[in-house]
Amino acid sequence: MLSIKNLQAKVEDKQILKGINLQVNAGEVHAIMGPNGSGKSSLASVLTGRENFEVTGGEVLFDGKDLLEFSPENRAREGLFLAFQYPIEIPGVSNINFLRTALNEIRAYHNEPPLEAKEFLRLTREKQKLVEFDAKLTNRSLNEGFSGGEKKRNEIFQLAMLNPKLSILDETDSGLDIDALRIVSNGVNKLRSEKNAFIVITHYQRLLEYIVPDFVHVLYDGRIVKSGAKELALELEEKGYDWIKEPVTTASV
Amino acid sequence: MITTTSLYDQFINLYREREITQDNDWLKDLRETAFEAFSGKGFPSTRLEDWRFTNVSPFLKEDFHLQPGAASLHGLHNPAHIPLLDAYEVVLKNGMLNEDVAIRGVKISPLRTALKNENLQSYFGRYINTEKYPFAALNTALFENGIVIEADKNIICDKPIHITHVYNAEEAVFIQPRILIIAHKSSKIQIVESVVVIGNKPLFINNVTECCVAENAQVDHYNLQIAPSNTHLVNFNQVVQQNNSLFNNYTYSLPDAAFVRNNLHLDLNGTNTESHLYGLYLAGGNQLTDNHTVVNHMFPNCLSNELYKGVLLDNARAVFSGRIYVHQDAQKTNAFQQNNNILLSNKAVVDSKPQLEIFADDVKCSHGSTVGSLNKEALFYLQSRGIGETAARNLLVKAFSFDVTNKIQIPAVREYIEKLITRKMAEAYDQ
Ligand SMILES: Nc1ncnc2c1ncn2[C@@H]1O[C@H](COP(=O)(O)OP(=O)(O)OP(=O)(O)O)[C@@H](O)[C@H]1O
Ligand SMILES: [Mg+2]
Repeated sequence: MLSIKNLQAKVEDKQILKGINLQVNAGEVHAIMGPNGSGKSSLASVLTGRENFEVTGGEVLFDGKDLLEFSPENRAREGLFLAFQYPIEIPGVSNINFLRTALNEIRAYHNEPPLEAKEFLRLTREKQKLVEFDAKLTNRSLNEGFSGGEKKRNEIFQLAMLNPKLSILDETDSGLDIDALRIVSNGVNKLRSEKNAFIVITHYQRLLEYIVPDFVHVLYDGRIVKSGAKELALELEEKGYDWIKEPVTTASV
Repeated sequence: MITTTSLYDQFINLYREREITQDNDWLKDLRETAFEAFSGKGFPSTRLEDWRFTNVSPFLKEDFHLQPGAASLHGLHNPAHIPLLDAYEVVLKNGMLNEDVAIRGVKISPLRTALKNENLQSYFGRYINTEKYPFAALNTALFENGIVIEADKNIICDKPIHITHVYNAEEAVFIQPRILIIAHKSSKIQIVESVVVIGNKPLFINNVTECCVAENAQVDHYNLQIAPSNTHLVNFNQVVQQNNSLFNNYTYSLPDAAFVRNNLHLDLNGTNTESHLYGLYLAGGNQLTDNHTVVNHMFPNCLSNELYKGVLLDNARAVFSGRIYVHQDAQKTNAFQQNNNILLSNKAVVDSKPQLEIFADDVKCSHGSTVGSLNKEALFYLQSRGIGETAARNLLVKAFSFDVTNKIQIPAVREYIEKLITRKMAEAYDQ
């Protein structure tokens, strides 16, 4: 589904990604861990097309298509989704209006007609239930006045609504209390299927007890320096990152 | 400058040669004083502080007809039509109303007939300083048509009054309409004004509106400036509020007039008044939109709240000058003023000048002005959800305008304005 080869990128003349290799197949969950500032969010930004990141080398194929050629909106329409580490508030744009616009633009891209108002409402209710997100959304601006945890849940709710092929969760667990963590993870687990895939960026093994990954990667100084099975997360939690210094030449998946 | 002078000369001659038999003595005096003021000073130049950022002379170079004939909307698509608006509809053709319109408790009459009534003397032209404002002086000296809207004591008008101004610009025209609104004690009216222009020759509208809000009365005044690109509008709006009155003004300059200059002056002539001034200008192309507001706090315990927002595309220019003047006696004044702008093009320019002059000591006042661009993070967030750049920009511009559009009390008008915003944005980016 996603194939990243030797991806390099810089921001403001600073090289941040120094050759990332990663292969994600449908049905898989990959966890990416790594110390602060190692480049995890940057990788998500490059994949989703944030404008201040400049790709300086490598390639990314998404279902065989050159992902980097697409505009941010077309990446989303192709089925890529990022749950932001820091979702922003947009006063004046209502949650519902935003979601309807997003959903219908994605549908239009696939030559599907806009959803009927009734059907949209039904879907909204169904997905809100799925991620146990009961915040009142009508007449409320996007993320405005939401608590940190509510914002994260809103990200997962949007994920459920837009039904992407590949979802990147950037530290969705930070700022969630233990109940919210369980709820969000349950939601993600219900959304998992043979057709979609997840990249879960986290600092905590705790999340990975709920969302069990098929692979764990360690990002360090702009490279994936170690990959392994889910047990690697436990090992990292115990030992920290100091024991991993040298980059592996290719990802072991 | 020669042609400008000649327009000036034409007006001087027009004044000297006009029929004056119709006017009352007080009106003759009023015109005479105004004429002296205009003939002494002429059209304003950028040397005047009030016109520093706005050079009006290029718009006065046309060979205008000064006494336009009739206009008709007959059989035309009416862009001023507001879908689903349940209102009393009044159509003015080149400023002219053919006959009285009577709504329960509200009388709308042609200015000419209304002015025969001596009582109007205490309202008409009483509060405008024609010495200071040359366009208002010119209008006062030479206005011909217009209307008087008068709401009787204790009348709560059940529906908005929608006034559609139809102007005929099949030849170059300079027109000077005049409106007087009187809301008597404890009455309440909502007035929505919009514009239709027929023809595409240069049109210069020099309008004066006066609005007297008596004790405990309420006037909501919506000025929907939606004229097409051949329009040049100078609009002087003088408001006087008495004790416990409420006045809400909504001035929305949307597509596409080449030039709009609004003067909105509030004299708070009583205690406990409340005033809200909401403005939105969305300008593209080479449009110039200029808003000058003055709020005069003269008595204690009054609240004025002003919020003007601007979105500028292409080579558009905007001027905002807001003055709040708190006189020494106006203790416990609450006066707020905000002007926020976003520039969507690096060729667009805003000159924003908020001013507070406070001579009382126990007041709460604030003012501020910002000029920025669209929030890139917000734009990216929307795009990352599959929303195209154009739609995302639209959503954000609507969000930016939200503080002023959501203040519109009439849902049909709000919807209409939001549609106009969307249309303008689409046109700007589809080129
Ligand atoms: N817009 C930017 N301008 C300059 N430097 C940036 C920018 N964005 C990220 N960086 C730098 O890139 C490096 C990687 O940052 P990134 O946010 O990707 O780290 P991270 O692995 O997500 O860290 P964390 O675990 O704290 O979220 C950091 O040194 C950061 O300062
Ligand atoms: Mg990060």
